[in-house]
Amino acid sequence: MDPECSRLLPALCAVLVDPRQPVADDTCLEKLLDWFKTVTEAGPSLLLLQENPCLVELLFRVLKAHDPRPRVLSFSLRLAGLFAAQEDCFQYLQVTPSSSVSQQGELLPMLFGESGPLGGAAWTAPTVRSGWLQGLRSLAQHPGALRFLADCGAVDTIFSLQGDSSLFVASAAGQLLVHILALAMRGPAEGHPSPQGCDWPACAQKIVCHVEDSLRSTATPQVTQALNVLTTTFGHCHSPWTQGLWVRLSPLVACLLEKDPIPASHSLVDLLLSVARSPVGSSDCGLWETLAQTLSHLSPTQAGPLALGILKLQDCPQALKTQAFGVLLQPLACVLKAAAQAPGPPGFPEGATGDSITVDTFLSSKSACVGLLCQALAHLELLQLLPQRPSPWPQAPLLRAAVAILRFCHGSAAPTSDVGGHLCAVLAGCVRVQRAALDFLGTLSQGTGPQELVTQVFAVLLEYLTSPDSSPMVLKKAFQATLRWLLGSPKAPSCCDLDPHTQLFLGELLPVLRKRLCSPCWEARDSGLEFLTQVTRHWGGQAAFRHALLASEVPELTGQLLRDPESYVRASAVTATGQLSSWGLYATPTGPEHPEVQQESLFTELLHILSTDSEGFPRRAVMHVFTQWLKDGHADVAEDLEQFVARVLQAASQDLDWEVRAQGLELALVFLEQLLGQPGSRCPYAVALPEAAPPATLAQVLQALCRVQLFEFALRALFDCDRPVAQKSCDLLLFLKAKATPCGGPQEAGASPDVVSVEAALQRWQAGEQGQPLGELEPEAVMAVLRSMDLEGLRGMLAKSSDHMEKSPQSLLQDMLATVGVLGENEADCY
Amino acid sequence: MLDCGLDMTSTLNFLPLPLVQNPRLSNLPGWSLKDGNAFLDKELKECSGHVFVDSVPEFCLPETELIDLSTVDVILISNYHCMMALPYITEHTGFTGTVYATEPTVQIGRLLMEELVNFIERVPKAQSASLWKNKDTQRLLPSPLKDAVEVSTWRRCYTMQEVNSALSKIQLVGYSQKIELFGAVQVTPLSSGYALGSSNWIIQSHYEKVSYVSGSSLLTTHPQFSVVFQPMDQASLKNSDVLILTGLTQIPTANPDGMVGEFCSNLALTVRNGGNVLVPCYPSGVIYDLLECLYQYIDSAGLSSIPFYFISPVANSSLEFSQIFAEWLCHNKQTKVYLPEPPFPHAELIQTNKLKHYPSIHGDFSNDFRQPCVVFTGHPSLRFGDVVHFMELWGKSSLNTVIFTEPDFSYLEALAPYQPLAMKCIYCPIDTRLNFIQVSKLLKEVQPLHVVCPEQYTQPPPAQSHRVDLMIDCQPPAMSYRRAEVLALPFRRRYEKIEIMPELADSLVPMEIKPGISLATVSAVLHTKDNKHVLQVPPRGGWGPPPRPAQPTGGKKRKRPSDDIPDCKVLKPLLSGSIPVEQFVQTLEKHGFSDIKVEDTAKGHIVLLQEAETLIQIEEDSTHIICDNDEVLRVRLRDLVLKFLQKF
Repeated sequence: MDPECSRLLPALCAVLVDPRQPVADDTCLEKLLDWFKTVTEAGPSLLLLQENPCLVELLFRVLKAHDPRPRVLSFSLRLAGLFAAQEDCFQYLQVTPSSSVSQQGELLPMLFGESGPLGGAAWTAPTVRSGWLQGLRSLAQHPGALRFLADCGAVDTIFSLQGDSSLFVASAAGQLLVHILALAMRGPAEGHPSPQGCDWPACAQKIVCHVEDSLRSTATPQVTQALNVLTTTFGHCHSPWTQGLWVRLSPLVACLLEKDPIPASHSLVDLLLSVARSPVGSSDCGLWETLAQTLSHLSPTQAGPLALGILKLQDCPQALKTQAFGVLLQPLACVLKAAAQAPGPPGFPEGATGDSITVDTFLSSKSACVGLLCQALAHLELLQLLPQRPSPWPQAPLLRAAVAILRFCHGSAAPTSDVGGHLCAVLAGCVRVQRAALDFLGTLSQGTGPQELVTQVFAVLLEYLTSPDSSPMVLKKAFQATLRWLLGSPKAPSCCDLDPHTQLFLGELLPVLRKRLCSPCWEARDSGLEFLTQVTRHWGGQAAFRHALLASEVPELTGQLLRDPESYVRASAVTATGQLSSWGLYATPTGPEHPEVQQESLFTELLHILSTDSEGFPRRAVMHVFTQWLKDGHADVAEDLEQFVARVLQAASQDLDWEVRAQGLELALVFLEQLLGQPGSRCPYAVALPEAAPPATLAQVLQALCRVQLFEFALRALFDCDRPVAQKSCDLLLFLKAKATPCGGPQEAGASPDVVSVEAALQRWQAGEQGQPLGELEPEAVMAVLRSMDLEGLRGMLAKSSDHMEKSPQSLLQDMLATVGVLGENEADCY
Repeated sequence: MLDCGLDMTSTLNFLPLPLVQNPRLSNLPGWSLKDGNAFLDKELKECSGHVFVDSVPEFCLPETELIDLSTVDVILISNYHCMMALPYITEHTGFTGTVYATEPTVQIGRLLMEELVNFIERVPKAQSASLWKNKDTQRLLPSPLKDAVEVSTWRRCYTMQEVNSALSKIQLVGYSQKIELFGAVQVTPLSSGYALGSSNWIIQSHYEKVSYVSGSSLLTTHPQFSVVFQPMDQASLKNSDVLILTGLTQIPTANPDGMVGEFCSNLALTVRNGGNVLVPCYPSGVIYDLLECLYQYIDSAGLSSIPFYFISPVANSSLEFSQIFAEWLCHNKQTKVYLPEPPFPHAELIQTNKLKHYPSIHGDFSNDFRQPCVVFTGHPSLRFGDVVHFMELWGKSSLNTVIFTEPDFSYLEALAPYQPLAMKCIYCPIDTRLNFIQVSKLLKEVQPLHVVCPEQYTQPPPAQSHRVDLMIDCQPPAMSYRRAEVLALPFRRRYEKIEIMPELADSLVPMEIKPGISLATVSAVLHTKDNKHVLQVPPRGGWGPPPRPAQPTGGKKRKRPSDDIPDCKVLKPLLSGSIPVEQFVQTLEKHGFSDIKVEDTAKGHIVLLQEAETLIQIEEDSTHIICDNDEVLRVRLRDLVLKFLQKF
């Protein structure tokens, strides 16, 4: 331990036990524990205690305090546990008497035994119970600890704490039991103990018997506790003994299935999946039968998570997978059946035919129906993305089901059956199901489907995009799903252009998009713009798309939205117009607002937003667009590259938003790369600039950088109060330095007047006086300054987090002491 | 009578009334029967396959045959749309009762009536068609004329004089004000949240409560329709025996928010392309919502330079009225009045010249008129008012759009006489009244014993028979009624409240019969007047024969108050308690009776005094002593029986 910390420790311990002193907040105590943990992990705890007797004294004093403060008591219990994790220290604490406290005794039994806080008033505080459990959790690392636990009767207390009113305490108790069980089974018992448990250590035997009793209990909370302990055991312990444990307990678990209703079904599902994922699962055939039985016994809503879990398993019998898939498909099969105009199979694999239990769930209540459908859709969506998804994947019926659900929700379905009528009434306008179904439909775009079905998909999506009743969130999801289906649609075989169906759909979609861009609801305008940006990004070069878009008035409306009152919309409009302009699809708007005003170029308009918009989002969006334009060689940029960069950097340098300034540096870097070549580009086939530009070119480059005032921007950013900006600037200057130095360049300018003035300015900037400009810069002077600066050192410093000074343990101890005034600095403030 | 609405859909069968000579309408061909008979060609004209009556539009009145409206004592009005038939009732049926309504309802109702009268009177039409109404003739006409109901009762619009006379019969009331009706019931208007001054009514006696919920709105969470008026008072509707529910949204599938979005988007798209927008509307109501939404929207849509015109003979009054009825607005809007800031933003639109209002298209409007523009004007039926002019003016260009926001009329029928039409038609019905989900929540909250509603609300709409969510779902199922059906409300008046005068109450001596239950005999005069019942102290002298009236002086017999008091006999005390047979027998024996025999019967006991040949029959609520003409013995036995009973 740091000597300075050792020096401060006695004072801190004294503060902690002094009831008159306010206790530092929980965060400080947690930090202190973290620090002790690193210290004990790094070296022998015994030595630590011997060198710092105040620590043991602290534990004694807290124990003997008349009315210990719960926080400090909890802290002490956890601290003692940390020390006792090492066996020699454990023994030391078992027997050590305190040096200065009159009372003597065995510290650990006093802390964790029945004579300790266990029976006292402090035990009512959950934090003390939690500290007691965590202390034991740290302590239980060696055989000695097991004996100690047995002797002090801790295990029974842990059993009772499983049902604690505090969830944290109850959960910690369960986990501790698992930890003790694993510790007990380690060593002599490890291997393949008999399931009967005659050769199991006593402590393990006791815990397993308790779990067995709980499983037999008629009280659901007890069953839940037992199942949770087992779930954690099989999740964390993969030793052979767990197999014996399962053999012993599986009949009891199977018995739970015979009860009606099945108790703690959620926990049961978790346990079965945990066992199935563990090595036990691969060797026990009975498990698959139990899983199959559970699937058929649980209600559709309870069985869903189990079915998904089974389908995610790597090795699992095909029959079980088919059954599980059937469970997931049941709700959708029901929907298809209810929506069918004519009777017929829904087209799902056998086992998913819309059974009566699922129908009953649908009919029982609105919340049950909505819950089941949303769950099924979410599970199937997850499954679709997995490599081990069932094959063949019933794409067509799933598509039909998703479309049917969306029609039910929209009220456009016309079912003939009673269930259909009920579904219609329950789902009409249900936003939750609409969102889930649209997400699912979007995921299904990864597969194909018969053209007639795809047409239905586009039709229902168009219904949602058109409907005035679509909520903003539903509309957004509908746009997202539409985008996925559009981008997934096949190209016409003859050429690279869009296929006729897609073109037809675009013809219907663009007027809807146009209307959405005029919506009074800003979320609708925003979603519309995001959709436009994405679709243009992918299809900007497709002739059919270009033709339809240019004829649609959408680009003009997008331009209009650059002046939207809502900043999010302005930001999205900036991105969209930037994208449109990149593809030559943007025409400057001529709205009725100012028909007489001569329209300026988009660049000027975006630059105006960058300089004047009061909100950060649009300005950040402008910087992103400009950077992209620079990368793409946009026509407006290429026209006068230096002018472009200079104006953008000037606007960005004055921005109050650090993200805009950082993005300015990003743009500057792109500019530099274009002039000097990519950092580290080694592609032998690339027609790229050599690693370092030839001297003559470099001089021109530096001149150009001076003209666009990139140096001033970057150097100013180097002292930016926001660390990411300074870091970025440092990286940029290092890149420049690396590029410029090897070739020698214009050599040492010495301490020319220019260099002196630049350095003087930089010092003032560093001191926070950023007002003064650098003025005209000469490349030589800049390079000289760069060479003289310790940029690497600066980068190292910036890489450290801003609170690295304050994070040291010494600082923590000082802070805690300062809070209570022990350091004596605040005495004068006391009256 | 609950409400007094006017069915104006009848006007859809008539040709529009143009403001200026319209060659297209005046040159429409006359309609003749299939056999070529053209006797109706002066009355009926054909336009794009539809047949219209060429006459002054007529309205369908409330049912007048079922009851004699002169016997109606009170009419309760729930909102200004529900009083449009008032002049027909108050002026032509012998009605002598009182009409109750809130002040904004009356004022805005007056504006609506005034506008209606003005629209029709300013373009007088000489012709009045009646031949087609003949039942035999009507059968031969094409639909919808053939199917129109009760055409013989259709009437031309009332006059302003009749309107004024009708409105003078209205008594103004405030929310939560209790109004006694003949002592029989008390009526109270409650805020219904739908329109300025709109109300639901509670009709209650001391033991029964009927709620009349008509045209209510719960739109409290919608950003577009931030509650403008006082929110609906739901709490006062609780504990109703019967809740009569009507005036639900006419378009249950159209969400008002979504419709306003549609309205704004279509408006912007039209104007942006250089087209004009026509919004047929009433001069009050949804127009306030639309103007408020547009106020927030026009800047974002870049429409600040587009003029908005509101043309109605009552435009000015309507806009001003809405700003002054502060007490009827929601809290937010009320606060603005005291800032001082106009509660509705249309004041700002007017100040900034974005919204201009005119009484008609003549005069100033023609000087200021600039296109493209947005015009709000009436009447939503498109049969009269300035809207007719704009339909003719703009109908030929596909750049223009007419946006229907009022849900009262089928927009296709409204447009029929303008066909063929090039202008775009958008249907965005905005109806903020309760939808079925809201009704369901309301009924759960209010929990009336019975719900009574029109038959249409108890089944899904005919066009969407699978939408079982579009009907009232409550337990017990709602009682439904159809036109002209007489319905017995499911409750009986069983109790009346009687007041006891303090002096009389003072004189009572309650006696505890069981713990917590005390009884007292009351001797009083029951005085009933105006359905109020009062127990008064009886006249002095007690319950003997009435005091002989003083000899009239002057020979004239005067009626005195005491003459009203009925003859009363001296009352005997009331008895209570039961007779323990064994003790009774012992008492009899003590008093010298012997040879006593007791027999048990189904209802009690019979005590036989064999020697005295007397029989005492004791039952739960009666005791009979049967002896043979021995009054002395009977009285003796009676006194012995009475010893076991309590008297009061």
